[in-house]
Amino acid sequence: MGDWWSPAMMPDPTLDTKELSSISGISMSPSRQNSQHSLHSTMVLPKSTYSVLSAFCTEENISQCVTYINQEVCSLGLSAVSVECKSGSVSAVPVLNLLYEVLQLQRRAQRGLQELETQQIKNCSDLEHLQNNNCRLKDQLEHTRRENSGLHEGERQLQLKIKTLQNCLKSEKEEVQKLQSIISSRATQYNHDLKRKERDFTKLKDRLNQLLMDKRDKKLSIEVSNYVGRSDGKRGLWKTGKMEARHEGEMYKALLTDYEARQRSLMLENSELKKVLQHMKKDMIAILSPKKPCVKAELADDSLEQAGSECEDEAGESSRETLEQSCEQAREKLTNSIRLQWRKLKSHMERLDSQASLVASQEREAEELISRKDQEEELQRMRLELQQCKEFIHMQQQLLQQISSPCDEETAALLNDCYTLEEKERLKEEWRLFNEQKRNFERERKNFTEAAIRLGHERKVFEEDRAAWLKTQFLNMTPFVDRKRPALSEPHSALSVGTEPEAKLHSTPPLFTKSLTNSVFCTPKAAPVKMPTTADLYRTLNLIPESRGHGKCPSAEMLSRSRLRNSSSDCSVISLVRDENSSV
Amino acid sequence: MNFSEVFKQSNQLCKVSPDGKYLATCVQYRLVVRDIGTLQIVHLYTCLDQVMHMEWSSDSLFILCAMYKRGLVQVWSLEQPDWHCKIDEGSIGLVSSRWSPDGRHILNTTEFNLRITVWSLCTKSVSYIKYPKACQKGMDFTADGRYMALAERRDCKDYISVFVCDDWHLLRHFESETQDLAGLEWSPNGCVLAVWDNCLEYKILLYSLDGRLLSFYSAYEWSLGIKSVAWSPSSQFLAIGSYDEKVRILNHITWKKITEFEHPATITNSKAVVFKEVEKRPVVSEDLSIRQLTVDNALFSTQSKYEITQLPVQVPVVKPDPERANPKIGISAVAFSADNRYLATKNDNMPQSLWVWDMQKFSLLAVLEQTAPVRCFVWDPHLPRLALCTGNTKLYMWSPAGCISVTVPVEGFQVQSLFWHCTGSSLVLLSKDQLCLCYTDAEEQK
Repeated sequence: MGDWWSPAMMPDPTLDTKELSSISGISMSPSRQNSQHSLHSTMVLPKSTYSVLSAFCTEENISQCVTYINQEVCSLGLSAVSVECKSGSVSAVPVLNLLYEVLQLQRRAQRGLQELETQQIKNCSDLEHLQNNNCRLKDQLEHTRRENSGLHEGERQLQLKIKTLQNCLKSEKEEVQKLQSIISSRATQYNHDLKRKERDFTKLKDRLNQLLMDKRDKKLSIEVSNYVGRSDGKRGLWKTGKMEARHEGEMYKALLTDYEARQRSLMLENSELKKVLQHMKKDMIAILSPKKPCVKAELADDSLEQAGSECEDEAGESSRETLEQSCEQAREKLTNSIRLQWRKLKSHMERLDSQASLVASQEREAEELISRKDQEEELQRMRLELQQCKEFIHMQQQLLQQISSPCDEETAALLNDCYTLEEKERLKEEWRLFNEQKRNFERERKNFTEAAIRLGHERKVFEEDRAAWLKTQFLNMTPFVDRKRPALSEPHSALSVGTEPEAKLHSTPPLFTKSLTNSVFCTPKAAPVKMPTTADLYRTLNLIPESRGHGKCPSAEMLSRSRLRNSSSDCSVISLVRDENSSV
Repeated sequence: MNFSEVFKQSNQLCKVSPDGKYLATCVQYRLVVRDIGTLQIVHLYTCLDQVMHMEWSSDSLFILCAMYKRGLVQVWSLEQPDWHCKIDEGSIGLVSSRWSPDGRHILNTTEFNLRITVWSLCTKSVSYIKYPKACQKGMDFTADGRYMALAERRDCKDYISVFVCDDWHLLRHFESETQDLAGLEWSPNGCVLAVWDNCLEYKILLYSLDGRLLSFYSAYEWSLGIKSVAWSPSSQFLAIGSYDEKVRILNHITWKKITEFEHPATITNSKAVVFKEVEKRPVVSEDLSIRQLTVDNALFSTQSKYEITQLPVQVPVVKPDPERANPKIGISAVAFSADNRYLATKNDNMPQSLWVWDMQKFSLLAVLEQTAPVRCFVWDPHLPRLALCTGNTKLYMWSPAGCISVTVPVEGFQVQSLFWHCTGSSLVLLSKDQLCLCYTDAEEQK
């Protein structure tokens, strides 16, 4: 809207300047016009018209002129210095004075005029500005008016819309209501229909049933080749009142057992929970009791605490009873005491927590202080180290370059030497191990051979013994067998524990091993018990010179020898012996 | 894991006797009884028509074969092969037939749920129970076989009758506070009866044996409700799967909710292990001889194995069609393990996943993500292990130790359903018209 305003405003200043010039022209003119008017016929304009028109003052009309001037001057309000005309000549002084005054006047007038002109210009510009302002404001006004009307229009439209929407809503609501009512009516109708149908259905069913029953459906039948016994083996019972009662009883019994089982399980659970509760309570008491004094010291005014502690002791005692008596009162007491203690524990924990946090924060502060100092030191040290490391690396690099530059073969050889040295060392180690093992092996072997030699000896001895024994046996096939045998069995008794002489022949070899492998101490113990008669016999026969041994002496000798052998020989030797024996 | 040879079967009719000694299968109109150990045929019976339903009596002495189209039931004896029994329901028709728990009575439901006929094999007597309700599970026996609960509908109201199975004496008869009863189930200890409303309303009622209302539970309103219900073997928990994809566990003391298991599409629970079945086709090597080809049938079947995937895992979700009835959303199957420790669930809009929950920590334990929708899953009757099949040639098993997938070494044997032998030593796998035994004990001995 403002667009077409600006071009209209643009030409204004030019117009105004023209006007201004014309105005100034006009404003200049009145005095002249006045003078022109007044002096139209007589006077001429001082400058321009002077030459053209006949001069204002001539020789002839001096007096007239003087009077005129006087008049004029008077009218102008100047000092009424009358220019006297004395015989045609005008005295110069008053004229000059007059002239001067006129000039002054003129100058003043000029100045005033100028001021007025500038004022005029200022006013004009003000006016213009105001006009512009006015235009703009008018424009704005128009604009806002238009906007306003637009808004009004919008509002009106919206209102209209709202109205239509409201109408819509109303109609929708009505529709919904209608539909709901329809639905409900339908639902009731359908329900009704359903019921009717169902009734019809049942009626039909009844009728069908009736018909079927009436018709005595021939086909409805059961064919069983022979009756089957009941699954429980009992006979069917008649339906009687008694039966009914029994059924009821059974049903209630079943229910009762179920409830009992449930109650039992609940009781169990309950007791478990109670136990846990008791345990918890005890723990709580244990936790709280040692801290109590200090707590009290801290909060001496805490009367609740004290009361609680008293109560606690009491509860602690009573808790044992409460476990058994599960009546309402006891339960209440228990739960109350637990609750109280729990509260105390909680508050205690909170206090501890707060303390802990306080301490932690203090520590943290201290730590921070320390750590800052430490950190700086550490940093310094690290920097130093880093510098050193860098230098070191640099040096190494230089060295490496020096090494690598002369010739690669040399270094390779050097490296190789390194490897071989290492290898050699390892080999040496292995060689040492090997030697050691070899030595061990040698030793073992020696042991083995020794054992074998010893075994050979033993064997020889044994063979000899056997030969002797056989010989004696052979020789003793005389009527005096009974008398002589004990004497002959003497060397065997040393080896074997066995007392039955007949078994000896077969059992000696295994017994021999037995004596080697098993504990050898059992023989001397057994011998005196079992062989008193033989010993006596020996003595009587004078086979044993001393009286100390009950035929034990040789056996002891043998034993010691066998023991020696046992200790010297390895397990492997034993196994070897055993093998030999078994083969024999 | 060893597999037996394959036998024919029809209508998925294959049952192991309750004592675990025999395996009965129906092939068209023939009933074949085999020894479970040797798989030799022990008895062979010929029925009058194609058998639609077959069931062992509780003492494993009789087998019932129902031919619904003809309204006929034939009973065969294992002890006396020449003994026979034929029950004709006549013109009224037959829709369901089952043994009573004592194995001496047969309960036939006639067409239109007109009545239930109770036939006695001991006395040849007939008794009728009128007004049985046609619903998801309208009849249930207690585990000890003493009582039977039956849903009834009279005068547009639901009633429940409790019968003593010994002599069919009506012990209790009471109105249930349901809009439209959908099912009832005894707790395993036989003292509490859970009764739930149909899917339009989330409502489950708990009745004592003597007909008292112990408690009722409703999780929410104005939305589709209960889809599946299962008791824990200890009767301690009642798991309720619903259309809002959650399983809620009620306790047996206050009958209040202990916890609820959500089945989120993104598994973020760090304690759960997600087993993902990965199929890989065998790479045919260059040096493949014809002999190898002929010998190795398994060569062309795809191998699969489980991989443990990193969490979080996105479970594949199928968007159900809102226009159709019985939308495929919500927990359709809930099953507790024999030791009460684990709960397996299947969410219908995540058909390829099976969820296993720990009932001690009440947390998600494992998720099995299969390549095909899970058809059937069954817990071992003794051990905490789960067998499942997805209608392909493989058998899958889960145990706390991990997961395995085994290919059935029979060509074209697609496992449609499976069940355990009562000792847990073997599994019976059923394809469309064949069956096969899978011995699981051999593996354990190794």
